Amino acid sequence: MIPNITLVIQGFAFFAVVLLVMKFGWPHIIAAIEERQNKIAEGLSQAEKARKELADADARVADEIRKARAEAAQIVDKAHQQATQIVDKARQDAIVEATKQKAIAAADIEAQAHKAREELRGKVAALAVAGAEKILKREIDANAHKSLIDQLVTEI
Amino acid sequence: MATEEAAESVNMTGYIQHHLHHLQWSIGDGVFMKINIDTLFFTLVTGLLFLFLFLRVSRKATAGVPGKLQCAIEMVVLFVDQMVKETFHGKSKIIAPLSITIFCLVFMMNFMDMIPVDFLPWLWKTGYVATGHDAEHAFLRVVPTADFNTTLGMALTVFLLIQYVGIKHKGLGGFFGEWFTAPFGKYAFPANLLLRIIEECVRPVSLSLRLFGNMYAGELIFILIAVMTLGAGLAHFSTYLLGAGQFIAGFAWTAFHILIITLQAFIFMTLTIVYLSMAAEHH
Repeated sequence: MIPNITLVIQGFAFFAVVLLVMKFGWPHIIAAIEERQNKIAEGLSQAEKARKELADADARVADEIRKARAEAAQIVDKAHQQATQIVDKARQDAIVEATKQKAIAAADIEAQAHKAREELRGKVAALAVAGAEKILKREIDANAHKSLIDQLVTEI
Repeated sequence: MATEEAAESVNMTGYIQHHLHHLQWSIGDGVFMKINIDTLFFTLVTGLLFLFLFLRVSRKATAGVPGKLQCAIEMVVLFVDQMVKETFHGKSKIIAPLSITIFCLVFMMNFMDMIPVDFLPWLWKTGYVATGHDAEHAFLRVVPTADFNTTLGMALTVFLLIQYVGIKHKGLGGFFGEWFTAPFGKYAFPANLLLRIIEECVRPVSLSLRLFGNMYAGELIFILIAVMTLGAGLAHFSTYLLGAGQFIAGFAWTAFHILIITLQAFIFMTLTIVYLSMAAEHH
């Protein structure tokens, strides 16, 4: 417990250690730590920046997609309209064509019917003439006359 | 029976006294001119270990990904740096290195207490006897901070640094002027001077006695725990009871002492920082 000269030696030894640490130890390690702290801070701020840039890019992409979608919808609309137009036009054309064909067919039928009627009329006239000839040949015989006319009637 | 008890008590006292005796080398006349070789040796060992680790790591310190040892030392460095920054607001290059040296060195010297109390003395005694010396004089104390010289030497160094920092921050005039004018004003200069002298003297004494007292008491308790089975024979039943008690007591005290050695190193460092910051600030 009584102090002796050891305390002087211990005091100087302790001071020497402090000096060594101050000269060769502490500044290096604290410099390294601070440099790393700066690096980390820099890295964090860069990451933050990158995140912001990414968010911007995302927004831009979303915008582009929205625009493209709107454009596509427009194109589809237009196409629908065009298709409707084409279909309408085709229908109208078809109707016109059909009307025309119907008219032609009707005219044709009319012509045929007319022709048939004319033919029939000719035939009837011929029959009438033939009947009259026969009547004239057998004027007296009423019965024969009558039967002739009946025959004529069935023939018509 | 009575003589047996007496012999045992002498044996016990001798054991304790032997343990508390330094390995000394007289370099002159008187009590003061003695060197505690064991204290110096273990201070040298712990100091070199600390310097080797700290300087090697800091020389190789990289700002990139640190190694495990660098990480460990950086943790201590940052802890001390934060303490210093919180308390000390002046500018000083020496205070942070001083603080980390105190913390690490005191902790390592305290940690010598964790080595089983008889192990190194026993090794030393064996070697001492083997080289033809007297076993009675094979003294060895392994905890440098349980030697008042170590703690007082450190506290006096701190004391001188306090004065140095004070003069550096206030100038010679400001520093010595403060002795007379603070805290009661210049008309009460005798009281101021007296108070100042007491304050300055108390600091190194309290700083050194606190650490010394704690470590000395800790060592003494380890010795007392060791005494429990001193000279016990395997034939006695009490040996086994005491052995179990010794194990429990030793374990408990070791675990508790880990706290004390860390706390004392921390207190020494904190008080040093506080004293230095008080010296740097104007009253």
